[in-house]
Amino acid sequence: MKEMMLILVGAALVNNVVLSQFFGLCPFLGVSKQVKTAASMGGAVIFVITISSAAASLIYDFVLVRFKLEYLQTIVFILVIAALVQLVEMFLKKTSPGLYQALGVYLPLITTNCAVLGVVLQNVQKEYTYAEMGWKALLASVVNGFGTAAGFTIAIVIMAGIRERIAYNDIPRPFQGAPIVLLTACLMAIAFFGFSGLI
Amino acid sequence: MNIMGVVSAAFVIGIIGLLVGFLLVGAAARFHVETDEREEQVRSLLPGNNCGGCGYAGCDALAAAIASGEADTSACPVGGNRVGKAIAKIMGVDAGSSVRKTAFVKCAGTCDKTRKKSNYYGVKDCRMAVVVPGRTSKKCTYGCLGYGTCVKVCPFDAIHLVDGIAKVDPKACKACGKCVEACPNSLIELVPYRSMYRVQCNSNDNGKAVRAACDAGCIGCRACERACEYGAVTVENNLARIDSEKCVGCGACAEKCPTKVIRVERN
Repeated sequence: MKEMMLILVGAALVNNVVLSQFFGLCPFLGVSKQVKTAASMGGAVIFVITISSAAASLIYDFVLVRFKLEYLQTIVFILVIAALVQLVEMFLKKTSPGLYQALGVYLPLITTNCAVLGVVLQNVQKEYTYAEMGWKALLASVVNGFGTAAGFTIAIVIMAGIRERIAYNDIPRPFQGAPIVLLTACLMAIAFFGFSGLI
Repeated sequence: MNIMGVVSAAFVIGIIGLLVGFLLVGAAARFHVETDEREEQVRSLLPGNNCGGCGYAGCDALAAAIASGEADTSACPVGGNRVGKAIAKIMGVDAGSSVRKTAFVKCAGTCDKTRKKSNYYGVKDCRMAVVVPGRTSKKCTYGCLGYGTCVKVCPFDAIHLVDGIAKVDPKACKACGKCVEACPNSLIELVPYRSMYRVQCNSNDNGKAVRAACDAGCIGCRACERACEYGAVTVENNLARIDSEKCVGCGACAEKCPTKVIRVERN
């Protein structure tokens, strides 16, 4: 239990996916204009990453390792994630139109998000595998995925909150638009650096 | 080199791909949601800016509303007549011809014409400036504040600040109405694109007060009302108003106007 908590906190805060690993920067900058849409994006990311970590972990442990095809992990994970997102989208559209509407365009957007692929590859790299940990590997992968996605959500929602306030500021002309956003991201990254002593 | 390794890799990837493919096909059949095919056709005709000018959440939402008969076929202000007709064809109804409109800022108080009563150093946003006591730094409280809130909300880059007031580029304007909502002084109006004469003032003050504040204001002298043979111009609350339905574009009102506040559009 303690181990899982450490994985969770480590993934969400200490090794924040956006601010210290620089994954998923595109939606972080693109969809962070309003807190509401940023939160929807975060929700969709949590949803997709958690499910795809579980699926990728199972496929790695019971298909790739078995056939000694570990070197094919990248291509297989891409395939699995893309198919999974499609499947989830269809499922949601049929069973829960409300949630489908709320996630909207963000769900298919995440299919090609490097943060998703990054997490499942990291799960293997950090040896959350059946060979190392047994069945706990599945749990560790899911917790790591969830933590990473939660970290993404935290970062993007904070960013959106700051950007909503920046919108009314009198910003010098050269800094308007992208530069001020990148500077904000930079200061946030420095702030998050403070978490590095936590674990 | 182990040829079996290559073969087994191709085989396993192939099998996984095939399984995923079948799974998706099965899921697509199982979770199929009936949609109106007209909805997709309508959606493909809409511009896709997702500006929200129609009042729906975006082009997808408008397409759904049109297909279900909830919205009018000419509901898209951006696409205008052309898109409206094409949509009407799909829906099998007659397209009522819609008049192209354009946003119009009812103020001519440029920096050289209007006088200031104070300096404002706050946030450069009209919606913020109006909450400050005194409403505006200009003497006229009805006119354009000139902090460009409408410029910021325009999705088509059709409004710009020129000489301290907002000015609409009618060619770029799609009449989505975002600026009309954004202006805290309710200064922007949608007028027919073809209308030739427009009153470029919003002040309800009496003539003396208007003259004290601005050289380009409507003083409510009723010269235009008397000049118009068609009854298109009326003066209410010290402000002239031109009914574009009755206006024939003779220009008598603009000629008689002492402050030249009736604007002549050449288009």
